[in-house]
Order: sequence, then structure tokens, then C-alpha cells
Amino acid sequence: MVRRAHGRAPLVAEGVFRVVALTCAAFVLVVMAGLFVVLLVRSHLSIHRFGWGFLWSDAWDPVRDHFGAASSIFGTVASTAIAMVIAVPLSLVIALFLVEIAPPRLARELLAGIPSIIYGMWGLFVLAPLMATHVQPAMQKVFGTFPLFSGPPMGIGVLTAGLVLALMVLPFITAVARDVFALVPPVMKEAGYGLGATTWEVTRKVTIGYGMKGLVGGVFLGLGRAIGETMAVTFVIGNDHRIAASLFASGNSIASTLANEFTEASEPVYLSALVELGLILFVVTLVIQVLAQLWLNRLGRLAGNRS
Amino acid sequence: MKRSSKSWLMGSAAAALVLAGGVAFGQTTITGAGATFPYPVYAKWADAYAAKTGVHLNYQSIGSGGGIAQTKAKTVDFGASDAPLTQQQLDEIGLIQWPMIMGGVVPVLNVPGVKPGEVKLTPTLLADIYLGKVANWSAPEIAAVNPGVKLPDLAITVVHRADGSGTTWIFTNYLDKVSPEWHSKVGTSTAVSWPTGVGGKGNEGVSAYVLRINGAIGYVEYAYCLQNHMTYTLLRNGAGNFVSPTAKAFQAAAANADWKDAPGYYLVLTDQPGAESWPITGASFILFYKDQPDATKAKAVLSFFAWCYANGQKMAEELDYVPMPKNVADMMEANWTAKVHSAGQAVWK
Repeated sequence: MVRRAHGRAPLVAEGVFRVVALTCAAFVLVVMAGLFVVLLVRSHLSIHRFGWGFLWSDAWDPVRDHFGAASSIFGTVASTAIAMVIAVPLSLVIALFLVEIAPPRLARELLAGIPSIIYGMWGLFVLAPLMATHVQPAMQKVFGTFPLFSGPPMGIGVLTAGLVLALMVLPFITAVARDVFALVPPVMKEAGYGLGATTWEVTRKVTIGYGMKGLVGGVFLGLGRAIGETMAVTFVIGNDHRIAASLFASGNSIASTLANEFTEASEPVYLSALVELGLILFVVTLVIQVLAQLWLNRLGRLAGNRS
Repeated sequence: MKRSSKSWLMGSAAAALVLAGGVAFGQTTITGAGATFPYPVYAKWADAYAAKTGVHLNYQSIGSGGGIAQTKAKTVDFGASDAPLTQQQLDEIGLIQWPMIMGGVVPVLNVPGVKPGEVKLTPTLLADIYLGKVANWSAPEIAAVNPGVKLPDLAITVVHRADGSGTTWIFTNYLDKVSPEWHSKVGTSTAVSWPTGVGGKGNEGVSAYVLRINGAIGYVEYAYCLQNHMTYTLLRNGAGNFVSPTAKAFQAAAANADWKDAPGYYLVLTDQPGAESWPITGASFILFYKDQPDATKAKAVLSFFAWCYANGQKMAEELDYVPMPKNVADMMEANWTAKVHSAGQAVWK
């Protein structure tokens, strides 16, 4: 009776909504698949010539048309790893501070709104000289001839790129972590306090435990941003195809190589090698997303089992 | 109310269309893309030319490699490259090329206490620094040619271009000529496999890195060296003299260039003879299809360059470039007449 009172309109609307939503969702997948196919086709020449060796060859010689992705992959991984090692614990602490201790209404997403090129310029004009004159000489004094911190302190290189990236992903991870911690039901925490736990114990056992799933999501969000970041990294990484043991040495990430060399690549193999680098970045990002999803699902199941 | 606003919209849209059409028909725009090295002077010429004739130039300084690629893709009326193409490369695509402007590439450094023009470098020394073999400013090889100059115990940081570039082509071509080791290990190109160092994007990127890093050495187009008041070095030329980078030294290198006997005008001005020649001098080239689809458009492009040859010298010199001498310009115009055709007819008469 109720349905008749409303006529057929709601049913039609329901159908239309379903179709529209489905189309939009499918559209994303179609675009992704299209991207993948285009990258694959355009990198065919390079894949054919260099095969799997492209992945671990560190050659990058446009004169002799010999290319390999190893140095770019290395730079991407190294700078991202440095960024995550610094940013993850720091943003966790910041998020906890904001939720548990800080007065409300503190500005905290300010950093997220800054365009990446500004980070790059800041990195080059402020951070790099600081690193060159103070931080890197001091580190060399402390660690001596430890290979990780050897070489002339230029201020530009993998370490500086990692630091700038850390600063860039910090607000993303912090924002997600804060939201996750804020969602912890007060009654859980109160129960903890009721049992005589300290703030630290409640934070560690209740807040972090409850918010783990969301935290991982935030970390992967930051990872995704760091791995593909282009402008800021190009400014400070030194743009040199090299795999060096020292974090002070210059390097190159996949994204910065593409930004630097795409316009000038006139030889077909050169262009094709660059597209293949893009393909690698695409696949790596996809794999990270899928792994993150699987990890989240697994965590979800575990949490489900426990309760 | 609704109706009237709608018709107003229609009216203004129609007016906009008419306006846009009028602009499109009333103004000729020629398009080009390529080398960044001559961009400042092309922009200046284009401004003066547009004020005089109403013909506008849309030049995108995307780099020499990009210029060649865009020319191949036929998205522009002409291409520009700092690296000349060989006769064979030109024939494969159906192009001619001509030199439009010349300039110099200058080694610049950042060593505390060292003033511009104080440090002297020999060709081998410059090559060895870029090969990573001489890696400290206090190295005996540097001290040997710089008696009396106090150089600190400081690591040399080599700065090169991160992007492909005609400036790099000229620079590596020079090192290739003067150093057998460079020739066998690295070679000449717009981008090479650098044995050492850090890469900056563009002339401005290299300048910024050199100015930032203590102990750095880089190479930039002369105008960037002037604008940033950078510490240039003297360089020993083929005649054995240490010369400063000046417009006069670039001209001296260009004066010896034998354009007449260079097939396809493939001529590189590095390491030229002459007592006053600056050894890293280069010309920037225009690429143009021999067979033009549109005679009017082709004529408009050639008219612009003829005007630049005839009237552009002073503007070029103001920007520290070296203009092409009159006899070379005449030679190039004769070449246009002989080679550029549209539907079987010569475009330039």
C-alpha cells in the first residue's frame, strides 16, 4: 500500500541510481586499464630490447641507447623509505598529541595545502644549504667514515629528498591517524582508565590497538604520495643516474627522471625506456594499493574474530 | 526575464565568435619549438618583428630534442636545435637546417675565495674533472696550471644538466674532441651517461646548484653566467692561450667557421683555431621542411628569419649572443631558394 502511494517513481530512481553508480565505478577501472595498456604498448620497444634486465641494469646511456631502471627504482625506494621512517612515528605521536593532549582547534592540515613545488624550492634554498653546512658535517663527525654518510656534504641528495618527502606526507598520515584515534569509543578508554591504567597504557593498548586498521590506511596514503612525488624530489635529489651507498650522494627517482628527460627524448628507444619507467611506477603503486587492501582485510578479519 | 537573458547570452556568444574569427584571420602566427639556449634572442626578435609587421611568433623553448621531435611530428612550422643534424639525418626526414645565432658555453665554479677569471683550466683538466679523475680543488693537476692561486682542500662537485639539452651537446662535443678518454667512455649527446656529479634542470637549475654547493663546478650558457654574476674560469684554447669568455672571444671562434664546405651546414664551432677563440662556442640551428604544404605560411616563416638576419644583429649583441655574419646569411637565403618548395614551386625568390 505504501509503495503504491508513492507510485513507480522511487523504483525508477533506484534503478537509475544503480546504473549511474555502476557506470562511474566501472569508469575508474576502465581508465586504469586504459592507462596500463597504453603504457605497455608504448614501452614495447624498450621491453623487447632490454627484457627483464631493464629492472636491474643501472646503465642509463642515451648516447649508446642503453637503458636500465635500477638507479631510478633505487632512488625512489631509498627516498620513500627515509620519508616513511621519519614520518610514520612522528605523525603517530602528533596524532596522539592532538587527540589525547592538545587543546582543540589547533591548526594541523596547513601543511597539506602547500603545492609540492614550494616544498621543492624550500628544500633547495633553505634545507639544502642547512644540510650542507651544519647537519651533514655534524653527522660525518659522529659517524666517521661510515659509508652511509660518506662523500662530500653537498646538501643535495637522497637524504634531503627523503626529509622533504617526510615533511610532505606528514600531514596526510597525521590527519588520518587523528581521525582514527578520535573514533575510538570514549567508553573503551574510560573502561581502561576505570581499571587504573595510565594515559600511556590506554594510548598504547586501547587507542592504538583499536585504530590499527585506519593507521595502516593512513600510512599507505602517505606512501602513495611519497613514491610518486615529482617536483619536490626533482629539486633536491640531485638528478643523477647512480646507485650510491651514501645517503649524501645524488640519485634519481622514477618520477624525477620522467620530469627531467621526457621532453628531450628524441630517440624511440629512449622514449620507450622512459615510458617503461612509468609502467614500473604504475605497477608498483598498484601492487602497494592491493597489498594494503589485503592487509586491511586481514586485520579486519582478525579484529572480527577477536570480538 | 529568462528569455531575454538567454538571447543576451546567444548574442554575446555570437559576438565572441565573430571576434575570435576576426583575430584568427587578421593575424598571422608562425609556430616554432625547440632549443632553450637561443630563446631570449628569438623572443626579442619576435617582439620587434610583431610590432613592425603584425606577424606573431609562438616559440616554445622545450629543448632541442623536443624541437626535433615536434618537427618530426609536424606540429610546428619550424624546429630549433643547438645540435646540428647530419646530412643523412636531414635527408631521412626531408629537412634543411641553417644556423641562426651563436653563443658560448662557460664553465662556472663556486670555491670560497676564488674570483671570476682567477682559475685557469686546460681542456684535459676540464675533461678529467668531469670524468671524476680530478676530484679535489687542491689537486696537483689544478695547482700546476694555477701558480699563485690559493685553492682550498675541498671536494669538487660536478654539476651537469639533468634534462637533455643543446648546451650539454655543445659541452660534451668539446670534451669529446679534447679528451680521448671522454670520447671512448662518454661521447657526445644532448644527454649522456655522466661519470659523476649532480644534475640541475635547465641552465637556471645548474646555476642554482653551482651557487648552492661549495666546491661545485658547472657549465652554463654565457648569458646565465653574466646574469648571476658567476665565477667563470679561463680556458686554454687550441692555440695554447688562456682566454676569458667574452662576446669577442665567441666571435673569434665563429669567424673561422667554414660554412661553405659543411655538408647540410653541419658545423660545430667547438675547439676552433684562432689565438683569441673561446673553445666552447656553438651555433643554434633552425630546422625546416624542404617540401612545404602551404606556400604562404612557409614564406611568412622565411621572411621572419630573413628579417632577423638583416635587422637582428644589434638585439642579439645586447643579449651577448653572436649574430651570423652577412655572407653566411646570404648563403642561407640562397639555400632556401634552391631547396624549399611548395607544390613544385620555389617559396623563396
